[in-house]
Amino acid sequence: MGKEKKGLKIISPNGHLGFAPTKEESFQIGVAAGPDYYCCDSGSDDIGPAPLGSDTSVSHYKWQKHDLELMLLAARKKEVPMIIGSAGDTGTKSRVDLYVQIIKDLAEEHKLARFKLAYFYSDLTPDYLIDLLQQGATIEPLDQRENKVLADLQKTDRIVAVAGIHPYIKALKMGADVIIGGRSSDCAVFAAPAIFEGYPENLSYYLGKVLECASFCAEPYGAKESVMGYITQDDVKIKALHPKQRCTIASVAGHAMYERANPYYEYFVGGMLDMSQCKYEQYNDKTCRVTDPIFIPKSGQVKVKLEGSGKIGEKFIGIAGVRDPYTIKNIHKVIEWVQEQVEERFAGQDYQLNFRLFGLNGVMGELEPIKETKSHELGIIVEGIAPTREMAEEVTMIGTRQIFYARLPEVKGTAGSAAFILDEVLATTPAYEWTLNHVISVDDPMKFFEVKQIEIGN
Amino acid sequence: MKVKKLTELAKTIRSKNAGTDKITFDIIFNEKESYELVKKSKDLTREKVGKLFNIEQERISDFVEFDPANAIKFTIYRTKPSGSPGESDLFGCQQYPPLLDLEVTMQD
Repeated sequence: MGKEKKGLKIISPNGHLGFAPTKEESFQIGVAAGPDYYCCDSGSDDIGPAPLGSDTSVSHYKWQKHDLELMLLAARKKEVPMIIGSAGDTGTKSRVDLYVQIIKDLAEEHKLARFKLAYFYSDLTPDYLIDLLQQGATIEPLDQRENKVLADLQKTDRIVAVAGIHPYIKALKMGADVIIGGRSSDCAVFAAPAIFEGYPENLSYYLGKVLECASFCAEPYGAKESVMGYITQDDVKIKALHPKQRCTIASVAGHAMYERANPYYEYFVGGMLDMSQCKYEQYNDKTCRVTDPIFIPKSGQVKVKLEGSGKIGEKFIGIAGVRDPYTIKNIHKVIEWVQEQVEERFAGQDYQLNFRLFGLNGVMGELEPIKETKSHELGIIVEGIAPTREMAEEVTMIGTRQIFYARLPEVKGTAGSAAFILDEVLATTPAYEWTLNHVISVDDPMKFFEVKQIEIGN
Repeated sequence: MKVKKLTELAKTIRSKNAGTDKITFDIIFNEKESYELVKKSKDLTREKVGKLFNIEQERISDFVEFDPANAIKFTIYRTKPSGSPGESDLFGCQQYPPLLDLEVTMQD
């Protein structure tokens, strides 16, 4: 481990590879500084349950390829490793295969010299987990979900297990030059190479935590810019690479809070990072230094997080606008009328009809403290969900068109009580829900993750 | 005693998903002074937040005063996971605005 003395440099170009293209200026500044690893996370559960359920990406293929190309060319030029986690937004098998194919295509297009490409999948089938459950495996819900694991598994279509550092370390031990990971903890993509190179677990996990969202740990705000993480045996330093960004105590400590329920504790496969004793100091103008995170390894079985998505039905969306002040004042009566019309047609059948009333509480729903609208117009989004496309379309069509025919006794305008931008309803990706936000206890953190390696290039 | 709105005192007021089942809120201050003033005012507490959003205390999973970042942070459970039918803020990033006008009474 010859790099121990001088420390290790890891560049993080993008907080979610492919979701919006990596900005190149700050990335090239980082390339010039000679990172030892090029690492990037490419997934999130932020994007809702539909991409996992329908096994699709929400990122544009060209952006995914653009970002992978930037990293691959820079990494191969210096013959240093490149690591991507949670391929293609969801980290499913099809997304890992997509990224592996992009790497192969890029190797061919740029006539790259031969290199080793390792990859692993994270997919588990509901049947496999039901078997494990029936053999006595412990699967527990998170975040106060009701404990009804078998029922949840039965309504799940697709599951990914969230990997920790382990498959990445295995791939690095196999000599991988490029790693494409299935669904993983964002942090693992950065912590794994640091631990593999002999740095302490506490600092390595902290490094991962701070690098996972790239320039979100810098200020002023500006996404998709690269940042560089430095780790030694004693500290972590984090440097903003964009000429106008800085990593400050406030921006780095502030990032510890981002997207997490609690700023002090973070759980991984095999342990917990305690950041409550962290010390932050301004190292130089663009760099913040952090010491004293604590890693508490878990003894015995480890817990692997499971994300699952299940289909609810086919979905259509309708759009209507209302301008009449009397109709706006009585909008809840209009909605009741519409619901009655749909119920009359589909009573006893399995459907869902939802309304978002923009201008009233369309964004916040039940959390909206303002109960009376002051808006002179409302935008209404109608969502109809049913087992078949035909029925979902009809539910949504009645739900939208009947706003037009609403029967309010004192309305002046009797030629239609809704404005339409189109007289049709729009098919969307089917409706899914997060059926699993659970953990399973296993003896071996590698149980669900088999690392494969191929050689590509010339 | 002076009354100020939270938006005048904080640098950042934001909300965002914390996983699929929770939304977390961050109120970050530029200077230690404003942070300490807000803490001392007791106008931004677990109870006050519950009242502001009209939710039961049980729906607030965490409430933390985070000194290293001069920040106050709290997290609430969603009633349904993100992206479920009827839900309209996939990323949970537009749930903070009621905090902007929260009145803070500054103790002299």
